[in-house]
Amino acid sequence: MWRSCPRLRNWGRRLLNWSPGGPTTSVGPGPNTLSPSRDYAPPAERKRFYQNVSITQGEGGFEINLDNRKLKTPQAKLFTVPSEALAIAVATEWDSQRDTIKFYTMHLTTLCNTSLDNPTQRNKDQLIRAAVKFLDTDTICYRVEEPQTLVELQKNEWDPIIDWTEKRYGVEIGSSTSIMGPSIPARTREVLVSHLASYNMWALQGIEFVVAQLKSMVLALGLMDLQLTVEQAVLLSRLEEEYQIQKWGNVEWAHDYELQELRARTAAGTLFVHLCSESSTLKHKLLQD
Amino acid sequence: MAALGSPARTLRGLLRELRYMNAATGRPYRDTAAYRYLMKAFRAHRVTSEKLCRAQHELHFQAATYLCLLRSVRQHVALHQEFHGKGERSVEESAGLVGLTLPQQPGGKGWEP
Repeated sequence: MWRSCPRLRNWGRRLLNWSPGGPTTSVGPGPNTLSPSRDYAPPAERKRFYQNVSITQGEGGFEINLDNRKLKTPQAKLFTVPSEALAIAVATEWDSQRDTIKFYTMHLTTLCNTSLDNPTQRNKDQLIRAAVKFLDTDTICYRVEEPQTLVELQKNEWDPIIDWTEKRYGVEIGSSTSIMGPSIPARTREVLVSHLASYNMWALQGIEFVVAQLKSMVLALGLMDLQLTVEQAVLLSRLEEEYQIQKWGNVEWAHDYELQELRARTAAGTLFVHLCSESSTLKHKLLQD
Repeated sequence: MAALGSPARTLRGLLRELRYMNAATGRPYRDTAAYRYLMKAFRAHRVTSEKLCRAQHELHFQAATYLCLLRSVRQHVALHQEFHGKGERSVEESAGLVGLTLPQQPGGKGWEP
């Protein structure tokens, strides 16, 4: 959890200190000389430096204004998003910050920043390959051989969604109890690669994010095709953990914490994909009619 | 198709989350852009006699996903502040986490100066 925080803190600082001509969100170098009173103190959070959050429609899409200053990405690009609903959701994230800005709760803002800046400098093919790579080690294709109750649980819960995906895309996926995992035919990969190629770059960033959260390509496809709700997908992704919790008990500050974080990230990624690929699906429907 | 329950229930959940968020800023949640957008979207795509409409299901799915996002973020922040937000715990707090208390020594520890 903490590994990501220094980066977020730096991002916040850059966001605030960057001051070109014209009104932006720069507020000058803030006092960042917080000496932690104890070891492992959490990183200092930025104060909420703005009162009002609003949305304007610009040339490249919808922009966010914090007190009449335009929001920028970490790489100082203008923050613009393609859909109004996404802009409203991002503005709501900024508006819901209380006294300090908690960047670790602003998943949609983070996803938009990733799409705008593309910090890993990957192109469409690389993004698709990164997502499809998870299929080789897909969580729901790895099965245990004992204990018997867990074997049956995995079979009952995971098999239906694998079956559905196989039928929906006309491919073979299968499951395995071997450490090497199931052997996925090359054709399956080709079909999924060409399916993912129909999404735009923004949606692909979201898909890769969801796949990496759930550690499962099949579950991510279920979310994209409206087959699973986020709660169901997260439950299936954490199936063994849930089984162990039932057996050994729930620890609020570990299990519940991770559950809520995973749900929030998965929901953000799923919503991001749906909002970013909306225009293409509308066109698709018009063609069908 | 994922079962989502009734759209009215999802909308009520979303409005509840908006109320939680705007309790901090003190402004009425009905003034927010999110409230106006949600009400417009839900009114425009109100339930018709159709048993299953693809576009309507898609919108309801998005609404349910957004509800899940808002709810999970709120609960995650609450857990974070309760357990992870304050840095290292003191000995007393750590003992309290597992239901223990430190021994009481009214006269002080004998070996201390």
